[in-house]
Amino acid sequence: MEENEKSICPETPQPQPVQEEKKETAPTDKSTSQPTAAPTPKPAAPRPTPPPASPAKNEIKPEVVTPEELHERLAHLKAEGYSLLENLTGTDWGEEGMGVVYSLTNPETFDMTHVKVIAADKETPYLDSVTDLWDIANFYEREVYDFYGIIFLNHPDLRRLFLREDWVGHPFRKNGYEESNNPEIAETDEPISDLAVKYTLTPDGKLHKEETPLFAEEDYVINLGPQHPSTHGVLHFRTRLEGEIITKIDPHLGYIHRGIEKISEELTYPQTLALTDRMDYLGAMQNRHALCMCIEQALGVEVSDRVQVIRTIMDELQRIDSHLLFFSCLCQDLGATTSFLYGFRDREKVLDIFEETCGGRLILNYNMIGGLAYDIHPNFQRRVKEFIPMMRKNLKEYDDIFTGNVIFQNRSKGVGILSKEQVISFGCTGGTGRASGWHNDLRKHRPYAAYDRVEFKEVVRTEGDSFARYMIRLDEIRESLHIIEQLIDNIPEGKIAEKMKPVLKLPVGSYYSAVEGSRGILGVHIESKGDKMPYRLHYRATGLPLVAVMDTACTGYMIADLIAIGGTIDYVVPDIDR
Amino acid sequence: MFDFSDVTTPLHAFLSRLLGESLAVVTECVLVAVALISIYAVFAMIMIYAERKVCAAFQCRIGPDRVGKWGWLQVISDVLKMMTKEVINLRQTDRFLHRIAPFLVVTASMTTFACLPWNKGAQIIDFNVGVFFFLAVGSVGVVGILLAGWSSNNKYSLIGAMRSGAQIISYELSIGMVMLTMICLTGTMSFSEICQQQADLGWNIFRGHIIALPAFIIYLIAGNAECNRGPFDLPESESELTAGYHTEYSGMDFGYYYLAEYLNIVVCAGIAATIFLGGWAPFVVPGLDGFNEVMSMIPGFVWFVGKTFFVIGLLLWQRWTFPRLRIDQILTLEWKYLIPISMTLLIGMALLVSFGLTF
Amino acid sequence: MAIKKNPIIDNIPHEEFQDNETLEKLVEELNQNGVGVVVGALDKLIDWGRSNSLWPLTFATSCCGIEFMAVAAARYDMARFGFEITRNSPRQADVILVNGTITTKMAPVLKRLYNQMADPKYVVAIGGCAISGGPFTKSYHVVKGVDKIIPVDVYVPGCPPRPEAFLYGMMQLQRKVRVENFFGTVNRKEQDPYKEKMDEQYVELLKQQEEA
Repeated sequence: MEENEKSICPETPQPQPVQEEKKETAPTDKSTSQPTAAPTPKPAAPRPTPPPASPAKNEIKPEVVTPEELHERLAHLKAEGYSLLENLTGTDWGEEGMGVVYSLTNPETFDMTHVKVIAADKETPYLDSVTDLWDIANFYEREVYDFYGIIFLNHPDLRRLFLREDWVGHPFRKNGYEESNNPEIAETDEPISDLAVKYTLTPDGKLHKEETPLFAEEDYVINLGPQHPSTHGVLHFRTRLEGEIITKIDPHLGYIHRGIEKISEELTYPQTLALTDRMDYLGAMQNRHALCMCIEQALGVEVSDRVQVIRTIMDELQRIDSHLLFFSCLCQDLGATTSFLYGFRDREKVLDIFEETCGGRLILNYNMIGGLAYDIHPNFQRRVKEFIPMMRKNLKEYDDIFTGNVIFQNRSKGVGILSKEQVISFGCTGGTGRASGWHNDLRKHRPYAAYDRVEFKEVVRTEGDSFARYMIRLDEIRESLHIIEQLIDNIPEGKIAEKMKPVLKLPVGSYYSAVEGSRGILGVHIESKGDKMPYRLHYRATGLPLVAVMDTACTGYMIADLIAIGGTIDYVVPDIDR
Repeated sequence: MFDFSDVTTPLHAFLSRLLGESLAVVTECVLVAVALISIYAVFAMIMIYAERKVCAAFQCRIGPDRVGKWGWLQVISDVLKMMTKEVINLRQTDRFLHRIAPFLVVTASMTTFACLPWNKGAQIIDFNVGVFFFLAVGSVGVVGILLAGWSSNNKYSLIGAMRSGAQIISYELSIGMVMLTMICLTGTMSFSEICQQQADLGWNIFRGHIIALPAFIIYLIAGNAECNRGPFDLPESESELTAGYHTEYSGMDFGYYYLAEYLNIVVCAGIAATIFLGGWAPFVVPGLDGFNEVMSMIPGFVWFVGKTFFVIGLLLWQRWTFPRLRIDQILTLEWKYLIPISMTLLIGMALLVSFGLTF
Repeated sequence: MAIKKNPIIDNIPHEEFQDNETLEKLVEELNQNGVGVVVGALDKLIDWGRSNSLWPLTFATSCCGIEFMAVAAARYDMARFGFEITRNSPRQADVILVNGTITTKMAPVLKRLYNQMADPKYVVAIGGCAISGGPFTKSYHVVKGVDKIIPVDVYVPGCPPRPEAFLYGMMQLQRKVRVENFFGTVNRKEQDPYKEKMDEQYVELLKQQEEA
């Protein structure tokens, strides 16, 4: 049976008896895969248009500008509607010098454009800062400064973002970085500076450094973290208080910075996959999906329909898993311990499904370049179908015990309000952005995998407060269940993995792909020089913008609200630090 | 009805004959102190075990079940561990105040514990102004908490202590107001007389009917806040302040806070049982003489402990259900709602009593 | 005389544990000079108390922390062993479970947390990252094994370990605690790591106060 002949509408899935679905072994030849035992033809989601194998549809051709015209050009692009700075990748191009690729997105249409700039000076490269255009540029530029030592002029607070302040050198530079300059184990406590550093260019072309204090002498500053139960990991907020009211937050990152991007530069493409699951461990499937998709598209490999559908189901299960953990941790942070355990009770059911197919509970290692590591387990469909009604029932239970609770409503409604302009400027995607009325679901706007053939609602609210962010997540669980319901009976036959070459080499160029992770847009930016290893691999972390926005979201609220806001913004620290 | 003074009076007479009047009193004091401390310890263990098991039941878990059968030795091993754990002395703190703070807390809770009327004639501290004494001693605990926060030289502790001060002092008002309402009904401040009256006339919650019931609910809310228990556990709210005012305490010093926290629940529930639910008075229904006879056969302390645990059950239930409040919400609840309501209740009770509408 | 035999905990028979040799060697070493009858009996009682009441510090850096939460949750329920009272303040915790990667920047923080804990304190290294750096050994910013910073009692391998492995590791720790000698060896006074530095600071502070 040819694939394109299957034309049963995906909206009306027809339940199939389980024993008829014999898919333990993936047939290698489609024409011989006619299921003889099945009395009715298996319903399969139709493939919309078989796209031609055009190589590298995700290749980006950035517009190259000179450092002098950079700021003007970006301001112009922003005025044209590209008002989301989706990604900012610093790169050391070796001979050419160091520079940055800005990936701009139109937050309504989701068109992308890329601008590349190379700093003139090779020893102490400097560029103009764009912090005045985008709020998130503050953190992105600090990251690039930390990794490459590119100085951003007029950046208000150009400190290191991840590494210790007494770190010697910039580790991502291709040459000139000596690892032995820094100890593996720091003996002393980190000297945390209270000074914000700003660089400006004097008229005679020299760099001028000025330091301004972050906190005044008499400020009451408490350290939330690095070891604190409610920062969801090792995150450090230096919080200035006025009584119980927060007046400023200075996030201090890098306590779990493992340098995944740098390690990846020394690994072959299939090896780099291993580290993705460990970035945002609650979006393991989606992270890996993003990287696989980027490499596959760059190679021009088209994965089979079966793979696409299974990846979609797995992504949605992962999303449910992540949102359940979100619910649990939020409850825990707000003191409702019992709801925490209810969330975990149901999460175990999702993990059971994962475990059967992938073998792991948290680190799944399921997607591979060109397909999947293994086929789904024979029980997979049955268990997922059992899970869906159970989860729907339990969501009502959550509403009864937690959502409807007057204490929770009072603590979350009207707390930590973010406007649509703010979330776009900070690049807060995912549920946090959608809670502020920004339609940013990549599954709708840049469909990938099988999302273009399922019907689901993009959950958007307009309040922008903690309660909206919470409700978005619960509603997204319902939508994810709906998506899985449509696909679970319609997994088409096909190969589970394309035959790939033993040594993968990406063509020379820059590639960018993104998926909708549990917490927002997860992008992968690969610079390739034609080797079997990526020249530069950069992840657009979903969490970094979410932490960057904490200062704006929390100022003026109480310490207790910081917990609620942090909980609903839902960041995962190893994803921020990478 | 079993009267505990049947035991104590002959004992006193015997000791007086043996040792002389003054020495007998000293001996009795020692005996009573030993009895008090051991009951205190036993109740603490029961409470900790009960809480761990009850919360496990709420949370679809099993709870402790490996140490001893059904885990009943769990608390004992915790105590052993706690007693042999190091007590850390901190530099650059006020050591004297730092060490004395947990003792203040535990003393306050022990003294209030001594006010509970266990049975007819079995009450350790019984004044004619018992209620007043109870309120006064109970508020010593907050001094301990404030001292702990201040002397620890830790910002979290300080914030926790400040919250605790604001919270406990506020909620003491409505507790006092509610108690006043009930004193208005009983006409006495002595716990033993309050109980005796309820044994004769019926439980206060029935006698005061439409006023006593809301007063009981307000007492439960405010009492819960007094004990720093969830949803009012802001002073130690672990997700915000790691451990609040006792962040810097280790070993048995921390153990005292732990102990006092649980015993304060017992005290709070015991006073609720005394004032509203008749103390050691049995449940009687006028007219059903046979039933009443059976009820009166049950000794008073069983009634008292039973009622206390009923109230504790209510407190645990809501502890494990609700999320935590925020400090401004706590104060709003107290000053804008509970105090006006309890004032109204006081006036209402005065009206009820003066028009003779009570039973 | 040596009254200490193999440590027995209620959950799994001694023979079914792996690596009993290390423990047996430890018992032998501890009992080299014999153990008094009374002291030995008291030791046993205290060890029983301590081993059944290991309160973990809420400490997690990455993935293993999520599995730790799963251990605390309903299905695996570490409350059965009495471990459920997780303390957020290191002063009140007995065991620090190093859940996840420790980076160069985090190392002093971890060390300080360990120093802040009250004796007796135990360390369990959970997961590949904590044991050896795991998949990140090549990194410039990762500590290759927490035993370079703090003494580790039990290693639980896995990436992340399954909840069952957590419980197994905790039981191994229980067995280790069971053979301790309370009187004599364990509660030794460690050299205060910050003493000199803090004393200097304190003297300076006093000077400043005097001047003021």
